[in-house]
Amino acid sequence: MEPVVNFRQAVCLLGRFPALAGVDLTVGAGEIVLLAGPNGAGKTTVLRACAGLVTVVDGEARVLGVDLRADPRPVRQRVGLLGHSSGLYADLSVAENVAFWARAGRSRPADVDAAMARLGLDGRLAGVAVGRLSAGQRRRVALAVLVARRPELWLLDEPHAALDQQGRDLVDSLMGDAVAAGATVLVVSHELDRASSVAHRTVHLAGGTSVETAGTAAGAGSQPHPVELVP
Amino acid sequence: MSILRDAGLILGKDLRLEMRTRVIAGQVVPFGLLVLVLFAFALDPDRRVLSEATPGLFWLAVLFSTLLALQRAFEVEAGDGVPDALRLSGLDPAGIFLGKVAGLVVHMLVLEIVLLAGVTLFYGTTPHAALLLVVTCLAATAGLAAVGSLYGILSAGMRVRDTLLPLLMLPVVAPVLISATQAFAAAYRQASGSGWRWFGLLVVFALLYLVIGMVAFESLLEES
Repeated sequence: MEPVVNFRQAVCLLGRFPALAGVDLTVGAGEIVLLAGPNGAGKTTVLRACAGLVTVVDGEARVLGVDLRADPRPVRQRVGLLGHSSGLYADLSVAENVAFWARAGRSRPADVDAAMARLGLDGRLAGVAVGRLSAGQRRRVALAVLVARRPELWLLDEPHAALDQQGRDLVDSLMGDAVAAGATVLVVSHELDRASSVAHRTVHLAGGTSVETAGTAAGAGSQPHPVELVP
Repeated sequence: MSILRDAGLILGKDLRLEMRTRVIAGQVVPFGLLVLVLFAFALDPDRRVLSEATPGLFWLAVLFSTLLALQRAFEVEAGDGVPDALRLSGLDPAGIFLGKVAGLVVHMLVLEIVLLAGVTLFYGTTPHAALLLVVTCLAATAGLAAVGSLYGILSAGMRVRDTLLPLLMLPVVAPVLISATQAFAAAYRQASGSGWRWFGLLVVFALLYLVIGMVAFESLLEES
């Protein structure tokens, strides 16, 4: 089975700066992989490259079977990226935002309702403009969009940021649900204890390269789909 | 059909945004009326000049107001991670372009109806060829919206977009200003024959920029 993410010596430039300077990363179907590393290590760039938003200029990069170096656009609709920004229209309500982005991704209305309920947004908050929400509430709305769109690959950049304890537990639960539904999760977090508890593996990045891969306690206790490693 | 579906989605979203914020109704339309009134103040001593200049003054007021509407329309697409979300959305870029154009057309037609009432009230002029007047409004508005959407997305990601957009757009839409003014002048003169030729030019301009926009919008969205 082809890995969901397969990077070999992948190089990405941000301007003239090599944000990724030869990353090797393999993520198999059904895995939750934690990307860890110091600030500026290239974690966010890996996620954006996987989403086809940053061009891979050298090496090999395939996501969901799509060759990103040839044309990254076909992969975009199949991934869900939770980045630092919300990707929401501030003047539209919570319900309108979730419905708009879900419809853009060809999701069913039932998926929208289920996602709103799952994130606790189906009550009073549904009619509130996103611009009037707290950072944590906006994070929940962005997560609801992700859930409603049901991507094959979840790319989560600091998903626990700005969330309260209940919200953080919910994020962990959502990652588990996504994998149970057949998706794969690549998560970036500085909260290593929490993220390690749900991730099957940790890949450490430093200076734009992957330096180490380690199993986690969660990985030892579960069986993700086998990963076909490139020799 | 996917393009039309996506265009409808964007149009619906933009109309909903206007219902929430009332920027067009509360700011752009009053601005257009204010421009008309200021023209009247400037030319008031000679009522005849004001009457003869009505077509040009009308379209200048539309053009200035359109710049405000455009800035608003693409400001919302440059917000908190929205450009990335659009790229990842699965929406057809040509559909996004057509949706933005359609939203602008709806807003600008509302503006033009109010401004037409304004010139009748303030300048005391009434058109004689209503059909030419209406189709000129439609064609000129489509052309302005198509050009505006192209340059709007081009400048959306830039910090200097508010000042850059008029500089980029105004020279390009000069043919629309000239043609629409001439067609309106014919409609107000009871000699609409020459007006239809100017209308034809407006249609060609609008179609040209709609096609260019549908082809080029994806590249511009990538760069925004």
